[in-house]
Amino acid sequence: MEQFFQQLLNGLAVGGIYALVALGYTMVYGVLKLINFAHGDLFTIGAYLGLTLLVSGGLAGSLPPVLAVLLVFFMVGLLVALIGCALERVAYRPLRKAGRLSAVVSALGASIFFQNAVMLVYGARPYVYPNSLRPDFTIELFGYALPGMRVMVIAATVALMLALWAFIQKTRMGAAVRAVAIDQGAARLMGINVNRIISLVFLIGPGLGGMAGLLVGMYYGKIDFTMGWTYGLKAFTAAILGGIGNIPGAMLGGLLLGVVEALAASYVAFAWKDAVAFCVLILILIIRPTGILGERTADKL
Amino acid sequence: MSDLSLSGRRGSLAACLLRGRGLGGLLLLGVVVALPFFCNAYWLDVCVSIGLYALLALSLNLILGQAGIFHMGHAAFFGVGAYTTAILNTMFHIPVLWLMPVSGAVAALFALIVARPIIHLRGDYLLIVTIGIVEIVRIALLNDVGGITGGSNGIFGISRPQLFGFRIYKSLHFYWLVWGMVGLTLLLFYGLWHSRVGRALNYIKADDVAAEGCGINVAFYKLTAFVLGAFWAGMAGTVYAAKMSTIAPESFNFMESVIIFAVVILSGGSQLGVLISAFLFIGLPELLREFSDARMLIFGLAMMLMMIWRPQGLLPCLPRRYGRLRALMASADTAKEHHA
Repeated sequence: MEQFFQQLLNGLAVGGIYALVALGYTMVYGVLKLINFAHGDLFTIGAYLGLTLLVSGGLAGSLPPVLAVLLVFFMVGLLVALIGCALERVAYRPLRKAGRLSAVVSALGASIFFQNAVMLVYGARPYVYPNSLRPDFTIELFGYALPGMRVMVIAATVALMLALWAFIQKTRMGAAVRAVAIDQGAARLMGINVNRIISLVFLIGPGLGGMAGLLVGMYYGKIDFTMGWTYGLKAFTAAILGGIGNIPGAMLGGLLLGVVEALAASYVAFAWKDAVAFCVLILILIIRPTGILGERTADKL
Repeated sequence: MSDLSLSGRRGSLAACLLRGRGLGGLLLLGVVVALPFFCNAYWLDVCVSIGLYALLALSLNLILGQAGIFHMGHAAFFGVGAYTTAILNTMFHIPVLWLMPVSGAVAALFALIVARPIIHLRGDYLLIVTIGIVEIVRIALLNDVGGITGGSNGIFGISRPQLFGFRIYKSLHFYWLVWGMVGLTLLLFYGLWHSRVGRALNYIKADDVAAEGCGINVAFYKLTAFVLGAFWAGMAGTVYAAKMSTIAPESFNFMESVIIFAVVILSGGSQLGVLISAFLFIGLPELLREFSDARMLIFGLAMMLMMIWRPQGLLPCLPRRYGRLRALMASADTAKEHHA
């Protein structure tokens, strides 16, 4: 029972990270119908920038660790958001009127570009997050000792998801994002600046992705320049699982994927851990072809 | 084998000439024939892999370019073909070239089994599932499924192919084998493009609901495209296994699928486009060798720039022309007038 409970929480922590990355995929897909394959590498950039800011930025020495980490957390989000916004301007905007797959290839090119840029700047060896910055306390809950890091990751992801949900559902700007996702032309007629909304989505999505990168660094303590591929693929799987374009779907898909993977890794076979996610995906799509929360859209004739 | 290659190329060239792209095709034919006389061993090897990718991209073009099915998992079928050849050759010592149709058939059967339940999925949902299939196949190979795939080391000691007692082992021999197959493929797929099946696939790509409405069995034709494409990728797998004589799971990963996918999208969908695109995609990283570490960085940048420069692809398919039909109808009209 103890193992099950610990694995469940581990799954929720990893799933929360998947969900944060999946939100970037799903929001971009919502407004542009584009699979942003470079998103996984923006996440990697977040992990590396976080490490640089924490270690060489001198923040770790002059501030209390909790404050330093919190400050870096938001700085990373902001920096990666700016990179994401620039990426949209350079690589996707010229292709907005072209076929959808042309933009996908451009995204794949951007992914290769970012991955190798990280490798050239930081080198090919993996990096380790300093242990002094990773909280090592434990929390007592229901008689189990829970690693503090696990609880903090879950808390951080839940807080970010709630903030995003509130922004999308409760603000005027959020309503505009929803409107653009439904019908760009009609949104433009209602006086919404579609280009600005698309830029905004490319700020929020990569921003969340970058923060997720920092969380992975803090959680596992080890990062390398190819991790964007794996996490990106998993998160994309999560987005599809929940129904792509659907924000609560991405959250649900991410958490579900994380939990299933953690349980399968400990109860079925660790070597097949990465295959489990895809098997679950195929099974669910056979039953529900548009994902768990995806709406069935009628065919336009 | 070179004769075969020439006749194959000429067949599709005649058709190309009719469509006003003859010069480009002719030039490419000249380059393919002349290359072995100018290349050193290293570049000859590069040209063999260009041919191999051209073969894979032509087979994916059937699925992605002609039928418009978002399929990013072609490396899975390629891998199944290569492993079938490797396992049957090393365990039962069956000659490699005999295994070419066998590997194709196994890959096609695999495609049929995995594609049947997912063929109705829409665009992006299908895309991620096909990526998932690549990953599942790679992980299965890594985990030495059934104890016959050799785990992460793969399989080595695959024998060289023999053709009528002639042993194919030099790069030059493989060059003619691969490009001969490319020529034959061009000819066959050109015929397919002109057939009822080709038209049905194009119709499905343009609008699958309308196609269904016109009585085209969409699921059947999509599956046909999948199975045929997988058959060809399986045969390419045989050639790859024979050329390398050792294979490992990492040769059939997601990145490989991405490259084949990008070759097809950049090509724009025409056969000549696929060949040029394969030259660019496989040749370019080799040309960039002097930049060593930065070469993939430039490659990624080039991928973006090429798509921005030509979003529709290098050479999109020309619209179909039904000249013969129109001539027939015209003559029927004049015949009618005569009767009147």
